[in-house]
Amino acid sequence: MEGEARVAMTPDSAMALQKLGHECAIETGAGTRAGFSDAAYEEAGVEIVKTAAQLWKASDIVAKVRPPTETEAKRLRKGQTLISFFWPAANEELMNLAASKGATTIAMDMVPRISRAQKMDALSSMANIAGYRAVIEAGNNFGRFFTGQITAAGKVPPAKVLVVGAGVAGLAAIGTATSLGAVTYAFDVRPEVAEQVESMGAEFVYLEFDEETQDGAATGGYAAPSSPEFREAQLAKFRELAPEMDIVITTALIPNREAPELWTEDMVASMKRGSVIVDLAAEKGGNCKLTVMDDKIVTDGGVTIIGYTDFPSRMATQSSTLYATNVRHMMTDLTPEKDGVVVHDMEDDVIRSATVTHDKEVTFPPPPPKVAAIAAAPKKEAPKELTPEEKRAQEIATFKAQTKSQVTLLAVGGALMLLLGQIAPASFMQHFIVFALACFVGFQVIWGVAHSLHTPLMAVTNAISGIIILGAILQIGSGNWIVVVLAAISVLIATINIVGGFMVTRRMLAMFQKS
Amino acid sequence: MLGQGFVAAAAISASVLFILSLGGLSNQEKAKRAVWYGIVGMAVAVFFTIFGPGIGNFWLMVPMVIIGAYIGYEVARRVGMTEMPQLVAALHSFVGLAAVFVGLNAEMERARVMAAKAAGEATDGFSAFAALVAKKAPDELMFLQVEVVLGVFIGAVTFTGSIVAFGKLAGKVDGKPKKLPGGHMLNATAAALSLVLAIVYLSGGGMWPLLGIMVLAFFIGYHLIMGIGGADMPVVVSMLNSYSGWAAAAIGFTLSNDLLIVTGALVGSSGAILSYIMCKAMNRHFVSVILGGFGGTSGPQMEVEGEMTAIDADGVAQALDEADSVVIVPGYGMAVAQAQSSVSELTKRLRAKGKEVRFAIHPVAGRLPGHMNVLLAEAKVPYDIVLEMDEINEDFPDTDVAIVIGSNDIVNPAAQDDPNSPIAGMPVLEVWKAKHVFVSKRGQGTGYSGIENPLFFKDNTQMFYGDAKKSLDELLTKIE
Repeated sequence: MEGEARVAMTPDSAMALQKLGHECAIETGAGTRAGFSDAAYEEAGVEIVKTAAQLWKASDIVAKVRPPTETEAKRLRKGQTLISFFWPAANEELMNLAASKGATTIAMDMVPRISRAQKMDALSSMANIAGYRAVIEAGNNFGRFFTGQITAAGKVPPAKVLVVGAGVAGLAAIGTATSLGAVTYAFDVRPEVAEQVESMGAEFVYLEFDEETQDGAATGGYAAPSSPEFREAQLAKFRELAPEMDIVITTALIPNREAPELWTEDMVASMKRGSVIVDLAAEKGGNCKLTVMDDKIVTDGGVTIIGYTDFPSRMATQSSTLYATNVRHMMTDLTPEKDGVVVHDMEDDVIRSATVTHDKEVTFPPPPPKVAAIAAAPKKEAPKELTPEEKRAQEIATFKAQTKSQVTLLAVGGALMLLLGQIAPASFMQHFIVFALACFVGFQVIWGVAHSLHTPLMAVTNAISGIIILGAILQIGSGNWIVVVLAAISVLIATINIVGGFMVTRRMLAMFQKS
Repeated sequence: MLGQGFVAAAAISASVLFILSLGGLSNQEKAKRAVWYGIVGMAVAVFFTIFGPGIGNFWLMVPMVIIGAYIGYEVARRVGMTEMPQLVAALHSFVGLAAVFVGLNAEMERARVMAAKAAGEATDGFSAFAALVAKKAPDELMFLQVEVVLGVFIGAVTFTGSIVAFGKLAGKVDGKPKKLPGGHMLNATAAALSLVLAIVYLSGGGMWPLLGIMVLAFFIGYHLIMGIGGADMPVVVSMLNSYSGWAAAAIGFTLSNDLLIVTGALVGSSGAILSYIMCKAMNRHFVSVILGGFGGTSGPQMEVEGEMTAIDADGVAQALDEADSVVIVPGYGMAVAQAQSSVSELTKRLRAKGKEVRFAIHPVAGRLPGHMNVLLAEAKVPYDIVLEMDEINEDFPDTDVAIVIGSNDIVNPAAQDDPNSPIAGMPVLEVWKAKHVFVSKRGQGTGYSGIENPLFFKDNTQMFYGDAKKSLDELLTKIE
């Protein structure tokens, strides 16, 4: 394809594929622009085929980078598998064509974002490269150093870089810019990525805005469109930042939508002469309306705007290596037995999502993956709302039940007391009243004790249960020597109990400190 | 000598002070004052009783009090906070023993008075308790005997039970549940025999049946507590606390002393409530705890899938460095390893870095109700970041790192997920909802209950093996 330098197989990945039991073939000269010569392929055991047409005819599985052209799609046949970027949402006709041919099409751009599928996530691989290259491209068009320097020839201020959108590309750009020494700022609509941004060494630009913030987890780690008020606040912040920034890299994309306009013309106008804007969203209309797709322009104000869409292709060696590895991982999943036989398991979450045509049917869009991409914040289960009547009825019912059990208890207790009163002497009953009341007071008081003070409670009750010493004191004056001895021992151990119990309680309580 | 009126007035004020003392434990600051109420109450009670009517033999009593006070002071001063459960159990046994002695004394005095009465001698010559007994009517004496039996029985059970509990908590007796052949039938037989002996005693059997009851009760106390395992000790200790109170109350009836009755009833109900709270926290019935062992399961337990992943101090340090909120869940293992001061140091450093650190305490963590709170307080962890299970459970999903130190069953998700688990339905700390969970643990073994813990196999859980104190000290070197 014109202008495409990447290739879907490298000598390294070919060797790995052969280990899976596959035979590999490649069109002659396919890897040249990515830095892989035919000789290198041959050395890795890859058969070199003269033309693409022959290759299509001979292979069961065709892996390429860009979506197939119409001619290529027509070459598809039943049982053949095509692995490539496909953009199924944009290429419906092509998809139907592929389906009608009976071929299985795996779109590398449809690999779901779950942990297990990360090794095949070609979009992330490419975005990573795009982010890196965007900074390099910007530097190429920027007339100053990134890093601040104080030299004999004068002081150079560091470049200020703003990265809008902290996805994979954004984070890669942040990392590259900071390691070149620029002062980097980053913005994203998802505040939870602030941590990632800061970990890359950039400063996160916070908005002062109260609204339920987006939970990126719900949309599989991608941003969703924001409310008009939020957008206003965001633009105001950018306007404030624009005059200070030397380089702006915008990466804001929303899946299956036109890119949102984030960098307006007045912001471009307010930027300093010589500043550079790299719009990674150029393919989808650009985050800046002045962007011209696949081209570089210089505005009247001297601001360079870069709208290239082929950043990964500009680093073909690197991107081919990564893409080929992604494809190889996909093949590993497709050939679980490592015997060169493709098992297309539509039950597998990853394979199912990536497959857009299979068995003469279009299988796009896929069902939502079973495993959520990122653990979503669990929704609290709302307790069942009761109507006031129901509530009231419930309250009355519990009240009645309580009354019933209490009355029963009191009646039984009363009857028992009556019985006891019949046989027990009056003096006993007097003491018994005291006992019953004390139990009651005890129950009421202890419920109020804090959980954390249960150990001191035990120690203090221990100490006061040493009150048994009174019994011993009352008996120690006896005329019987055995009684005296036993009482004396009782006094001794009860005193240990009292003093030990109180002392230890005091020690414990003294330790409880407020922060 | 003070008159009876003084003694009664003192009893009333002492009772009120005791109630205030217990009620004051509702929060940490009030508690510091409340303990003084208790001390003053006790001083008033003892002082006025000593100088009350009918007391003698001061030459013996005063040295005993002084020696006892000295021993108590030394013990309380020296005991470590990790040894608190043992100390509490040991002190309970004293109350039990004293109750037994006082009960036996009461019987001896009664017998002496009865003998004198039968011989037709004058009863004026008796001193102390005997003088009181001499004034009693026959039906009152009958009740006195019932009270003596109760006091001696409960006291004896408390005594041996507490000694066994002390042994288990101090590690001197094996913590595993053990029963003699015959199991609970032995206890039931002993209890039935005691009842028979009680009837013999009440119908004029004299001293020997009472001693028999005492011996049988000693056996019951011993055998009952031997049959209960280490993790149920919070229930056992609070139950024995309760018993010691009831024993004191029973003795109070014997001696017709209202202050003893009131205090005994307060302590008894306090222990009963604590046992109830502990049982509830384990979702078990009091009876099943007392009968020992876990209840029968209704089916096979869930298979645990996955494997445990280990992590080293560097990994934990890094995760802590990135975390904003940290929750630490201590358990008995922390007490065993004496790791509380390392935990405290870790907390201090993390808080200094601006991270939110909190502690989650399960009601039955440790071997005594509130055990963990005391240990953390000793290590100077501020009590306002130490939270109860109910306060913190719903915060786990927002927590970055949960560190489990030496606890196992109280963080076991099987209690919620697996209806066949022996601990099904027990309220647990939901640590697995945190983003990362680190479990500091000696090895791969199971906890006290012998149940596999699925938490250790979860994806977000990593095992930080090794002695808790050593691991934490190593971790501290990585966190500045």
